[in-house]
Amino acid sequence: MRNASSTRLFVISGLLLAFSLVLLVSPVANPNPDGLNRVAIDEGFAGTETDHGLGDSPLADYAVSGVDHDWLSKGLSGIIGILATFALGLALFALSKKRGESNPARAKGQRN
Amino acid sequence: MHIPDGFINAGTSAGAALIAAGGVTVAVKKTSRYLDDKQVPIAGLTAAFVFAVQMLNFPVAAGTSGHLLGGALAAILVGPWAGALCVTVVLVVQAFFADGGITALGLNVLDMAFVTALGGYAIFLGVRKVLPHERSSVVVASGIAAAASVVMSALVFFIQFAIGGNVDLALGSVFTAMVSVHTLIGLGEGVITAATVGLVLNVRPDLVYGARDLGTTLQIPQTSTAEGVL
Repeated sequence: MRNASSTRLFVISGLLLAFSLVLLVSPVANPNPDGLNRVAIDEGFAGTETDHGLGDSPLADYAVSGVDHDWLSKGLSGIIGILATFALGLALFALSKKRGESNPARAKGQRN
Repeated sequence: MHIPDGFINAGTSAGAALIAAGGVTVAVKKTSRYLDDKQVPIAGLTAAFVFAVQMLNFPVAAGTSGHLLGGALAAILVGPWAGALCVTVVLVVQAFFADGGITALGLNVLDMAFVTALGGYAIFLGVRKVLPHERSSVVVASGIAAAASVVMSALVFFIQFAIGGNVDLALGSVFTAMVSVHTLIGLGEGVITAATVGLVLNVRPDLVYGARDLGTTLQIPQTSTAEGVL
């Protein structure tokens, strides 16, 4: 196993890359409806969409309520989403990881 | 690709939610067989990265955009079951952004997380079998698997729509429209996935689950267990 600091550097770099993408690239993302929404419009079932239960959420539609600047609002919402996803992911995967790793004697016994 | 509330009726959505919940339970169990301490932050990062890239819609045709689904990418980086969990986490967080319906969450978890991660990974393995045993094959197979995963996702949406669509329409027309537009989106998915896997292979080849058999780590290769996981 490579040392832990190298993995930590990789994760931090990856998060910074993700931040850069939502700050710098998302403003020029294509605003048109995506594939499913386009099909729904063209085929005539777009009207069956109902209001979203969290449509009034402070982060609804990738904007932070209270931040009026479009670009900043979207970028900030992206950073919040990235951090929330990372945190929820860490929690889920910490619960879903292989057991017994922290026990050196057992880990040694399992090596082959 | 996110299905909003209302497209699919309540019964079908509830059924999908039950299947999705079962899928998550199985995925947690399967993941706990192989995900070690070192990979936990990598899996978290993979989920976070998919969230970010899903915000970057690219143009695919007149008046239409597409974005990464990311299930195939996540599966190749951290394994198919952990990959499905990565996209599931993304979908749960996106509910707070009003992206993807709440009653439709189970439908979306099936389409966007499980179909793309498990189906994409199966195709990845199949393509790798016919390509040379080398690093560049991993990149090519990633692109092909990712492209195909988007079409598979569209097909599963079509099945859900055929079962529980809230409006009576000519299904053949919906089928053709879904498959054709998602074939185009699949091309974008393939390029982004191949580029990302190629990048990680260059920087930290030992972190690419789908390349474990190449012995890319600095340690003595101990990759014989990688195959039995799926």
